[in-house]
Amino acid sequence: MRVADLAAIEGVVETVTPGEPDAEVTGATTSDLLSDVLAHARPGDVLVTIQAHRNTIAVASIAGIRAVILARARAAPPDMVEAAVAERIAILRASAGQYELSWRLHGALGS
Amino acid sequence: MLVPSPLIPMPVLPLTSEQSPLVLLDLLFKLKVRDVMTTDLVTARRADTLRYVQALMKTHRITGVPVVENGRLFGIVSMDDIMTALDRGHIDDPVERHMTTTVVVLEEDMPLSFGASYFDKYRFGRFPVLNKDNSVVGILTSRDISASLLLELYKEYHKLEAQVQPPAPVGAPRTSLQVRVKQNDLENAGKGAHEIKRALAARRVDPAHIRRASIAAYEMEINLVLHSSGGTLRTTIDNESVEIVARDRGPGIADVQLALQDGFSTANDWIRSLGFGAGMGLGNIRRVADEFSLDSKAGGGTTVRAVIRLPPPVPEEAPHAGG
Repeated sequence: MRVADLAAIEGVVETVTPGEPDAEVTGATTSDLLSDVLAHARPGDVLVTIQAHRNTIAVASIAGIRAVILARARAAPPDMVEAAVAERIAILRASAGQYELSWRLHGALGS
Repeated sequence: MLVPSPLIPMPVLPLTSEQSPLVLLDLLFKLKVRDVMTTDLVTARRADTLRYVQALMKTHRITGVPVVENGRLFGIVSMDDIMTALDRGHIDDPVERHMTTTVVVLEEDMPLSFGASYFDKYRFGRFPVLNKDNSVVGILTSRDISASLLLELYKEYHKLEAQVQPPAPVGAPRTSLQVRVKQNDLENAGKGAHEIKRALAARRVDPAHIRRASIAAYEMEINLVLHSSGGTLRTTIDNESVEIVARDRGPGIADVQLALQDGFSTANDWIRSLGFGAGMGLGNIRRVADEFSLDSKAGGGTTVRAVIRLPPPVPEEAPHAGG
Protein backbone atom coordinates (compact mmCIF):
# COMPACT_ATOMS: atom_id res chain seq x y z
CA MET A 1 0.00 0.00 0.00
CA ARG A 2 1.20 3.50 -0.79
CA VAL A 3 1.19 6.58 1.44
CA ALA A 4 -1.43 8.14 -0.87
CA ASP A 5 -3.77 5.16 -0.26
CA LEU A 6 -3.96 5.98 3.46
CA ALA A 7 -6.45 8.78 2.71
CA ALA A 8 -8.98 6.12 1.67
CA ILE A 9 -8.91 4.39 5.09
CA GLU A 10 -12.32 4.75 6.73
CA GLY A 11 -12.17 7.36 9.49
CA VAL A 12 -9.41 9.42 7.87
CA VAL A 13 -10.87 12.83 7.15
CA GLU A 14 -8.01 14.95 5.85
CA THR A 15 -4.53 14.79 4.31
CA VAL A 16 -2.70 17.64 6.01
CA THR A 17 0.52 17.15 4.07
CA PRO A 18 1.11 14.39 1.51
CA GLY A 19 4.73 13.39 2.27
CA GLU A 20 5.93 11.05 -0.45
CA PRO A 21 2.62 9.81 -1.95
CA ASP A 22 4.22 6.91 -3.84
CA ALA A 23 6.34 5.60 -0.96
CA GLU A 24 5.41 2.10 0.17
CA VAL A 25 3.77 1.62 3.57
CA THR A 26 4.67 -1.81 4.87
CA GLY A 27 3.36 -1.82 8.41
CA ALA A 28 1.87 0.21 11.23
CA THR A 29 2.63 1.22 14.81
CA THR A 30 0.09 2.57 17.21
CA SER A 31 1.51 4.36 20.23
CA ASP A 32 1.38 7.63 22.10
CA LEU A 33 4.74 7.08 23.77
CA LEU A 34 7.45 8.41 21.54
CA SER A 35 10.21 6.35 23.14
CA ASP A 36 8.05 3.31 22.52
CA VAL A 37 7.82 4.34 18.86
CA LEU A 38 11.60 4.71 18.69
CA ALA A 39 12.05 1.31 20.30
CA HIS A 40 9.54 -0.67 18.26
CA ALA A 41 8.46 1.01 15.02
CA ARG A 42 9.89 -0.42 11.80
CA PRO A 43 11.02 1.58 8.77
CA GLY A 44 8.10 1.93 6.33
CA ASP A 45 5.47 2.05 9.09
CA VAL A 46 2.56 4.42 9.39
CA LEU A 47 2.22 5.80 12.93
CA VAL A 48 -1.19 6.09 14.56
CA THR A 49 -1.02 8.49 17.51
CA ILE A 50 -2.65 11.38 19.33
CA GLN A 51 0.72 13.13 19.78
CA ALA A 52 0.10 16.13 17.55
CA HIS A 53 3.33 18.05 17.94
CA ARG A 54 6.63 18.70 16.26
CA ASN A 55 8.57 16.04 18.20
CA THR A 56 6.37 13.32 16.71
CA ILE A 57 7.84 14.20 13.31
CA ALA A 58 11.40 14.13 14.70
CA VAL A 59 10.74 10.65 16.09
CA ALA A 60 9.02 9.53 12.88
CA SER A 61 11.99 10.70 10.85
CA ILE A 62 14.47 8.78 13.02
CA ALA A 63 12.32 5.66 12.99
CA GLY A 64 11.75 5.72 9.22
CA ILE A 65 8.03 6.27 9.52
CA ARG A 66 6.38 7.40 6.26
CA ALA A 67 3.11 8.82 7.55
CA VAL A 68 1.50 9.92 10.81
CA ILE A 69 -2.24 9.53 11.30
CA LEU A 70 -3.49 11.81 14.08
CA ALA A 71 -6.34 10.02 15.81
CA ARG A 72 -9.45 11.51 17.41
CA ALA A 73 -9.39 14.57 15.14
CA ARG A 74 -6.31 16.08 16.76
CA ALA A 75 -5.10 19.06 14.74
CA ALA A 76 -1.48 19.37 13.60
CA PRO A 77 0.07 22.66 14.78
CA PRO A 78 1.87 24.70 12.08
CA ASP A 79 5.40 23.84 13.31
CA MET A 80 4.53 20.13 13.12
CA VAL A 81 3.33 20.52 9.52
CA GLU A 82 6.43 22.51 8.65
CA ALA A 83 8.70 19.78 10.03
CA ALA A 84 6.72 17.10 8.20
CA VAL A 85 7.05 18.94 4.88
CA ALA A 86 10.81 19.23 5.42
CA GLU A 87 11.13 15.54 6.28
CA ARG A 88 8.69 14.43 3.53
CA ILE A 89 6.48 12.65 6.05
CA ALA A 90 2.71 12.63 5.47
CA ILE A 91 0.27 13.81 8.13
CA LEU A 92 -3.36 12.70 8.01
CA ARG A 93 -6.18 13.51 10.39
CA ALA A 94 -8.72 10.92 11.40
CA SER A 95 -11.98 11.24 13.29
CA ALA A 96 -11.63 7.65 14.46
CA GLY A 97 -9.72 6.53 17.53
CA GLN A 98 -6.51 4.50 17.69
CA TYR A 99 -8.27 1.17 18.04
CA GLU A 100 -10.51 1.58 14.97
CA LEU A 101 -7.67 2.97 12.88
CA SER A 102 -5.32 0.13 13.85
CA TRP A 103 -7.97 -2.44 13.03
CA ARG A 104 -8.68 -0.88 9.60
CA LEU A 105 -5.00 -0.54 8.80
CA HIS A 106 -4.46 -4.15 9.73
CA GLY A 107 -7.09 -5.12 7.17
CA ALA A 108 -5.77 -2.77 4.49
CA LEU A 109 -2.18 -3.90 4.96
CA GLY A 110 -3.24 -7.54 4.87
CA SER A 111 -0.95 -8.51 7.68
CA MET B 1 66.36 36.72 -43.00
CA LEU B 2 67.33 33.09 -42.62
CA VAL B 3 69.92 33.76 -39.95
CA PRO B 4 68.74 33.32 -36.36
CA SER B 5 68.95 36.60 -34.48
CA PRO B 6 71.61 36.52 -31.76
CA LEU B 7 69.47 38.93 -29.70
CA ILE B 8 66.89 36.26 -28.84
CA PRO B 9 68.58 33.55 -26.81
CA MET B 10 65.36 31.87 -25.67
CA PRO B 11 63.86 29.27 -28.01
CA VAL B 12 60.47 30.32 -29.37
CA LEU B 13 58.97 26.91 -28.64
CA PRO B 14 60.99 24.94 -26.07
CA LEU B 15 59.35 21.71 -27.19
CA THR B 16 61.86 19.63 -29.06
CA SER B 17 64.59 19.44 -26.47
CA GLU B 18 65.42 16.18 -24.77
CA GLN B 19 64.08 17.61 -21.55
CA SER B 20 60.50 17.76 -22.84
CA PRO B 21 58.14 15.30 -21.19
CA LEU B 22 57.63 12.15 -23.25
CA VAL B 23 53.93 12.78 -23.53
CA LEU B 24 54.66 16.11 -25.26
CA LEU B 25 57.15 14.60 -27.67
CA ASP B 26 54.66 11.84 -28.45
CA LEU B 27 52.01 14.39 -29.27
CA LEU B 28 54.41 16.38 -31.44
CA PHE B 29 55.06 13.25 -33.51
CA LYS B 30 51.48 12.08 -33.58
CA LEU B 31 49.96 15.37 -34.74
CA LYS B 32 50.41 16.63 -38.29
CA VAL B 33 50.86 20.26 -39.28
CA ARG B 34 47.44 19.96 -40.93
CA ASP B 35 45.80 19.18 -37.54
CA VAL B 36 47.07 22.35 -35.96
CA MET B 37 47.36 25.06 -38.64
CA THR B 38 44.96 27.96 -39.08
CA THR B 39 42.98 27.49 -42.29
CA ASP B 40 41.03 30.74 -42.05
CA LEU B 41 43.64 32.68 -44.04
CA VAL B 42 44.14 36.41 -44.31
CA THR B 43 46.06 37.03 -47.54
CA ALA B 44 47.06 39.89 -49.79
CA ARG B 45 47.54 40.13 -53.58
CA ARG B 46 50.71 41.33 -55.27
CA ALA B 47 49.12 44.61 -56.40
CA ASP B 48 47.81 45.56 -52.94
CA THR B 49 49.66 48.39 -51.19
CA LEU B 50 51.73 47.86 -48.09
CA ARG B 51 49.38 50.31 -46.34
CA TYR B 52 46.51 47.96 -47.14
CA VAL B 53 48.49 45.06 -45.63
CA GLN B 54 49.20 47.14 -42.54
CA ALA B 55 45.44 47.69 -42.18
CA LEU B 56 44.86 43.93 -42.54
CA MET B 57 47.36 43.25 -39.75
CA LYS B 58 45.70 45.78 -37.49
CA THR B 59 42.17 44.48 -38.17
CA HIS B 60 43.06 40.81 -37.73
CA ARG B 61 45.72 41.33 -35.06
CA ILE B 62 48.33 39.39 -37.01
CA THR B 63 52.00 40.06 -37.70
CA GLY B 64 52.42 38.45 -41.12
CA VAL B 65 50.35 38.23 -44.30
CA PRO B 66 51.11 35.76 -47.13
CA VAL B 67 50.77 37.05 -50.66
CA VAL B 68 48.62 34.52 -52.50
CA GLU B 69 46.82 34.44 -55.82
CA ASN B 70 44.75 31.44 -56.93
CA GLY B 71 46.29 29.36 -54.19
CA ARG B 72 49.82 30.08 -55.32
CA LEU B 73 52.23 31.61 -52.83
CA PHE B 74 54.29 34.58 -54.08
CA GLY B 75 55.77 35.88 -50.84
CA ILE B 76 55.00 37.12 -47.37
CA VAL B 77 54.79 40.54 -45.75
CA SER B 78 55.87 40.72 -42.14
CA MET B 79 55.60 43.48 -39.55
CA ASP B 80 59.31 44.12 -40.19
CA ASP B 81 58.62 44.87 -43.87
CA ILE B 82 55.87 47.32 -42.84
CA MET B 83 58.18 49.13 -40.44
CA THR B 84 60.88 49.37 -43.06
CA ALA B 85 58.32 50.74 -45.56
CA LEU B 86 57.22 53.41 -43.05
CA ASP B 87 60.82 54.25 -42.32
CA ARG B 88 61.79 54.56 -45.95
CA GLY B 89 58.56 56.11 -47.18
CA HIS B 90 57.31 53.39 -49.52
CA ILE B 91 54.23 52.32 -47.55
CA ASP B 92 51.98 53.11 -50.55
CA ASP B 93 53.99 50.91 -52.93
CA PRO B 94 52.53 47.64 -54.18
CA VAL B 95 53.33 44.61 -52.03
CA GLU B 96 55.27 42.73 -54.73
CA ARG B 97 58.07 45.27 -54.71
CA HIS B 98 59.02 44.81 -51.05
CA MET B 99 57.63 41.49 -49.88
CA THR B 100 59.90 38.69 -48.71
CA THR B 101 60.05 36.19 -51.53
CA THR B 102 62.33 33.63 -49.96
CA VAL B 103 59.57 32.06 -47.91
CA VAL B 104 60.16 29.07 -45.69
CA VAL B 105 57.10 26.84 -45.95
CA LEU B 106 55.79 23.69 -44.31
CA GLU B 107 53.88 20.84 -45.89
CA GLU B 108 50.59 19.82 -44.38
CA ASP B 109 51.65 16.16 -44.00
CA MET B 110 54.70 16.97 -41.89
CA PRO B 111 54.67 15.92 -38.27
CA LEU B 112 54.15 18.80 -35.89
CA SER B 113 57.59 18.15 -34.35
CA PHE B 114 59.02 19.29 -37.67
CA GLY B 115 56.89 22.43 -37.67
CA ALA B 116 57.84 23.21 -34.08
CA SER B 117 61.55 22.88 -34.87
CA TYR B 118 61.18 25.47 -37.65
CA PHE B 119 60.29 28.19 -35.17
CA ASP B 120 63.66 27.85 -33.45
CA LYS B 121 65.55 27.17 -36.65
CA TYR B 122 64.32 30.18 -38.62
CA ARG B 123 62.94 32.57 -36.00
CA PHE B 124 59.92 33.48 -38.09
CA GLY B 125 56.61 34.04 -36.38
CA ARG B 126 54.63 32.05 -38.94
CA PHE B 127 55.00 29.57 -41.78
CA PRO B 128 52.63 29.18 -44.71
CA VAL B 129 51.53 25.58 -45.21
CA LEU B 130 51.29 24.01 -48.66
CA ASN B 131 49.52 20.87 -49.80
CA LYS B 132 50.86 18.33 -52.30
CA ASP B 133 49.83 20.59 -55.23
CA ASN B 134 51.83 23.47 -53.76
CA SER B 135 48.66 25.42 -53.00
CA VAL B 136 48.51 27.44 -49.78
CA VAL B 137 46.10 25.67 -47.40
CA GLY B 138 46.96 27.28 -44.09
CA ILE B 139 49.41 29.07 -41.87
CA LEU B 140 51.15 27.84 -38.74
CA THR B 141 51.99 30.10 -35.79
CA SER B 142 53.56 29.18 -32.46
CA ARG B 143 50.26 30.12 -30.89
CA ASP B 144 48.52 27.40 -32.94
CA ILE B 145 51.01 24.87 -31.61
CA SER B 146 50.72 25.78 -27.95
CA ALA B 147 46.92 25.97 -28.12
CA SER B 148 46.59 22.56 -29.79
CA LEU B 149 49.12 20.97 -27.46
CA LEU B 150 47.20 22.23 -24.46
CA LEU B 151 44.01 20.82 -25.93
CA GLU B 152 45.64 17.46 -26.64
CA LEU B 153 47.20 17.33 -23.19
CA TYR B 154 43.80 18.00 -21.71
CA LYS B 155 42.41 15.01 -23.65
CA GLU B 156 45.35 12.82 -22.57
CA TYR B 157 44.82 13.87 -18.99
CA HIS B 158 41.17 12.83 -19.12
CA LYS B 159 42.12 9.49 -20.65
CA LEU B 160 44.61 8.90 -17.84
CA GLU B 161 42.13 9.99 -15.24
CA ALA B 162 39.57 7.52 -16.56
CA GLN B 163 42.14 4.73 -16.31
CA VAL B 164 42.92 5.43 -12.68
CA GLN B 165 40.69 3.35 -10.39
CA PRO B 166 38.80 5.45 -7.84
CA PRO B 167 40.19 4.79 -4.36
CA ALA B 168 38.22 2.40 -2.20
CA PRO B 169 35.71 4.25 -0.02
CA VAL B 170 37.51 4.69 3.25
CA GLY B 171 35.14 7.28 4.66
CA ALA B 172 36.00 10.82 5.54
CA PRO B 173 38.35 11.72 8.35
CA ARG B 174 36.96 12.14 11.85
CA THR B 175 33.82 14.27 12.16
CA SER B 176 33.00 16.13 15.36
CA LEU B 177 29.59 17.62 16.10
CA GLN B 178 28.45 19.55 19.12
CA VAL B 179 24.97 20.76 20.00
CA ARG B 180 23.98 22.83 23.02
CA VAL B 181 20.72 21.70 24.52
CA LYS B 182 18.65 24.05 26.70
CA GLN B 183 16.35 23.06 29.52
CA ASN B 184 12.69 22.71 28.45
CA ASP B 185 13.53 23.57 24.84
CA LEU B 186 11.49 20.79 23.27
CA GLU B 187 11.12 22.94 20.16
CA ASN B 188 14.73 22.25 19.18
CA ALA B 189 15.04 18.72 20.51
CA GLY B 190 16.14 16.44 17.72
CA LYS B 191 18.52 18.89 16.04
CA GLY B 192 21.52 16.95 17.24
CA ALA B 193 20.04 13.66 16.07
CA HIS B 194 19.25 15.26 12.73
CA GLU B 195 22.84 16.45 12.28
CA ILE B 196 24.25 13.05 13.19
CA LYS B 197 21.89 11.41 10.74
CA ARG B 198 23.05 13.73 7.97
CA ALA B 199 26.74 13.28 8.79
CA LEU B 200 26.40 9.48 8.78
CA ALA B 201 24.42 9.46 5.55
CA ALA B 202 27.14 11.58 3.94
CA ARG B 203 29.65 8.93 4.99
CA ARG B 204 27.45 6.28 3.39
CA VAL B 205 26.78 4.46 6.64
CA ASP B 206 23.95 1.94 6.25
CA PRO B 207 20.40 2.89 7.35
CA ALA B 208 20.23 0.48 10.30
CA HIS B 209 23.30 1.98 11.98
CA ILE B 210 22.15 5.53 11.21
CA ARG B 211 18.87 4.69 12.89
CA ARG B 212 20.57 3.31 15.99
CA ALA B 213 22.82 6.35 16.36
CA SER B 214 19.89 8.72 15.79
CA ILE B 215 17.77 6.98 18.41
CA ALA B 216 20.55 7.22 21.00
CA ALA B 217 21.16 10.89 20.19
CA TYR B 218 17.48 11.79 20.22
CA GLU B 219 16.81 10.13 23.57
CA MET B 220 19.84 11.90 25.05
CA GLU B 221 18.61 15.23 23.75
CA ILE B 222 15.15 14.64 25.18
CA ASN B 223 16.69 13.73 28.54
CA LEU B 224 18.76 16.93 28.52
CA VAL B 225 15.68 19.01 27.67
CA LEU B 226 13.33 17.39 30.14
CA HIS B 227 15.49 16.31 33.06
CA SER B 228 18.55 18.56 33.19
CA SER B 229 19.29 22.23 33.56
CA GLY B 230 20.88 22.11 30.08
CA GLY B 231 23.99 20.58 28.61
CA THR B 232 25.78 19.51 25.49
CA LEU B 233 25.58 16.64 23.06
CA ARG B 234 28.98 15.83 21.60
CA THR B 235 29.40 13.37 18.77
CA THR B 236 32.56 11.98 17.26
CA ILE B 237 32.35 9.91 14.10
CA ASP B 238 35.21 8.02 12.54
CA ASN B 239 35.41 4.98 10.26
CA GLU B 240 34.94 2.53 13.11
CA SER B 241 32.31 4.06 15.36
CA VAL B 242 29.98 6.84 16.43
CA GLU B 243 30.48 8.08 19.98
CA ILE B 244 27.73 10.24 21.44
CA VAL B 245 28.25 11.89 24.83
CA ALA B 246 25.55 13.88 26.62
CA ARG B 247 26.83 15.97 29.51
CA ASP B 248 24.72 18.19 31.73
CA ARG B 249 25.18 20.47 34.72
CA GLY B 250 22.70 18.77 36.98
CA PRO B 251 20.67 18.06 38.96
CA GLY B 252 22.07 14.54 38.78
CA ILE B 253 20.49 11.15 39.34
CA ALA B 254 20.09 9.90 42.92
CA ASP B 255 19.78 6.21 42.08
CA VAL B 256 21.39 5.29 38.77
CA GLN B 257 20.31 1.62 38.91
CA LEU B 258 16.70 2.64 39.41
CA ALA B 259 16.90 5.19 36.60
CA LEU B 260 18.03 2.46 34.22
CA GLN B 261 14.96 0.33 34.88
CA ASP B 262 12.41 0.48 32.07
CA GLY B 263 9.29 2.28 33.21
CA PHE B 264 10.95 4.29 35.97
CA SER B 265 10.59 8.00 35.41
CA THR B 266 10.63 11.23 37.38
CA ALA B 267 8.80 13.03 34.57
CA ASN B 268 5.96 15.41 35.33
CA ASP B 269 2.54 15.41 33.72
CA TRP B 270 3.51 17.96 31.06
CA ILE B 271 6.37 15.77 29.89
CA ARG B 272 4.17 12.68 29.92
CA SER B 273 1.40 14.42 28.00
CA LEU B 274 3.83 14.93 25.13
CA GLY B 275 4.59 11.25 24.88
CA PHE B 276 7.84 11.37 26.80
CA GLY B 277 8.72 10.44 30.36
CA ALA B 278 7.62 6.85 30.08
CA GLY B 279 10.87 5.63 31.58
CA MET B 280 12.11 4.19 28.31
CA GLY B 281 14.72 6.67 27.17
CA LEU B 282 17.84 5.32 28.88
CA GLY B 283 16.73 1.77 28.05
CA ASN B 284 16.40 2.72 24.40
CA ILE B 285 19.91 4.19 24.36
CA ARG B 286 21.32 1.09 26.01
CA ARG B 287 19.54 -1.20 23.53
CA VAL B 288 20.88 0.53 20.41
CA ALA B 289 24.42 1.03 21.73
CA ASP B 290 27.36 -1.36 21.60
CA GLU B 291 28.89 0.44 24.57
CA PHE B 292 26.91 2.35 27.15
CA SER B 293 27.81 4.15 30.34
CA LEU B 294 26.05 6.49 32.73
CA ASP B 295 27.90 8.51 35.29
CA SER B 296 25.99 10.67 37.74
CA LYS B 297 25.43 11.66 41.31
CA ALA B 298 22.72 13.65 43.00
CA GLY B 299 23.55 17.34 43.04
CA GLY B 300 26.19 16.98 40.32
CA GLY B 301 26.15 16.55 36.58
CA THR B 302 25.31 13.50 34.51
CA THR B 303 27.29 12.05 31.62
CA VAL B 304 25.72 9.49 29.32
CA ARG B 305 27.95 7.89 26.72
CA ALA B 306 26.93 5.60 23.89
CA VAL B 307 29.11 4.06 21.19
CA ILE B 308 27.73 2.46 18.07
CA ARG B 309 30.32 0.49 16.14
CA LEU B 310 30.11 0.90 12.38
CA PRO B 311 30.54 -1.70 9.65
CA PRO B 312 32.71 -0.74 6.65
CA PRO B 313 30.98 1.87 4.43
CA VAL B 314 28.59 0.48 1.80
CA PRO B 315 29.91 0.88 -1.77
CA GLU B 316 26.85 2.61 -3.25
CA GLU B 317 24.49 5.32 -2.09
CA ALA B 318 21.75 3.50 -0.21
CA PRO B 319 18.43 5.26 0.40
CA HIS B 320 18.19 5.49 4.14
CA ALA B 321 15.10 4.63 6.10
CA GLY B 322 14.88 7.97 7.79
CA GLY B 323 13.77 9.59 4.52
